[in-house]
Amino acid sequence: MRRIPSLIPSASQTVGPFFNFGLTTNHALGIMAPDGAEGEHITLVFRVIDGEGLPTPGDSLIELWQADSQGRYQHPADPSSTAADKNFSGFGRLETDENGVCVFETVKPGCVSGPNGSAQAAHINVTLFGRGLGKPLRTRVYFAGEAANANDPVLALVPAQRRETLLAKPVAGQANAWAIEIHLQGEAETVFFDL
Amino acid sequence: MKEYPKTQPGTQPEYLYEGYRSSIRRAPSQPLIQVPHTLSELTGPLYGHNPIGQADNDLTRHFADPPLGERIIVAGRVLDEDGRGVPNALVEVWQANASGRYCHSRDSHPAPLDPNFLGAGRAITDAAGSYRFVSIKPGAYPWRNHPNAWRPAHIHFSLFGTGLLSRLVTQMYFPGDPLMAIDPVLHSIADEGARQRLVSSFDLSLTEPEWALGYRFDIVLRGRSATPFEEGPG
Repeated sequence: MRRIPSLIPSASQTVGPFFNFGLTTNHALGIMAPDGAEGEHITLVFRVIDGEGLPTPGDSLIELWQADSQGRYQHPADPSSTAADKNFSGFGRLETDENGVCVFETVKPGCVSGPNGSAQAAHINVTLFGRGLGKPLRTRVYFAGEAANANDPVLALVPAQRRETLLAKPVAGQANAWAIEIHLQGEAETVFFDL
Repeated sequence: MKEYPKTQPGTQPEYLYEGYRSSIRRAPSQPLIQVPHTLSELTGPLYGHNPIGQADNDLTRHFADPPLGERIIVAGRVLDEDGRGVPNALVEVWQANASGRYCHSRDSHPAPLDPNFLGAGRAITDAAGSYRFVSIKPGAYPWRNHPNAWRPAHIHFSLFGTGLLSRLVTQMYFPGDPLMAIDPVLHSIADEGARQRLVSSFDLSLTEPEWALGYRFDIVLRGRSATPFEEGPG
């Protein structure tokens, strides 16, 4: 066997501070689930905090990628994609505001199959770009209190004391609203993945 | 399902590069966790293919009058790691104007804005993975990273390929720019060859007589399309 000679992927560079007129002119990208989307509609609030405990004002960008409410990705690599909810693309993109916050309207994803016949708990894939980040940070959001978290094959690879950083918590007094903080550094540093 | 090959050390920037000051408080301090590529990573957004307007890839035609500056054509191919063109990839670009000023409320560089230049555009690659933009050459501009710091002229590129891990945001530079040698953003990439691959090349065949200079910039996204093949006899 001989491998086809491969090219080296181009290097990433920071999005810098002035990306929003190039990338986020369409704020509708924060509304991932229109009224017609199937499943439990939720609000998901992110707050991004740097190593000094300060929010990243207007200069970080969050992209979300998730399965629909039945765990189907809108992508040909997913064998169940033909049945995926036509009203739900699974993609969202927002910049953080002056308080480091952005708010997505989406649906709670279903469980997705994992390696070796395992099942992954409901989760949303996060790609975080920003000034100061030469390449994006990659993490996931899981939902606190889900029984399936205990058997999730990716959570199982995270040291137990750090798993908490990946769990969105219900927002008190607000139905179907979840919130999570992404800490870039420090005591409560979010778990980031090498993919 | 096939995992993506890992990137080679030095060919991507480090999160922490002290010369790039704002990385110091934003780079993770804990080791990253190695996880397998699951359906979640092997799929990815196939976004934005419908709302491309006809003039979206010509940044000089967004207003009634043309912008000031040196008109350029930037074209190239988007390839995967096997060298195959990536069709239907969304390519978004944004840049400063010819004076080195972004059309952004927080850019305080005292250089003039150009009422005829926004500096954002997009294109979709064709069946061969090719794209083409018309724009003006962006100016260099100062930033506050260190005393007398200036960014080399560059165009920001954002690309969606076939999966979550082929997503790329990068910057394209211009050949011969003396500021590249002292730019911490570019030098956060340790490997010289990887830095050079972000520098476009002047291309006379792309240049249009009495109209615009042409620069070629090919981009390689993560991911392989082909499978290993058997070597023939002999």
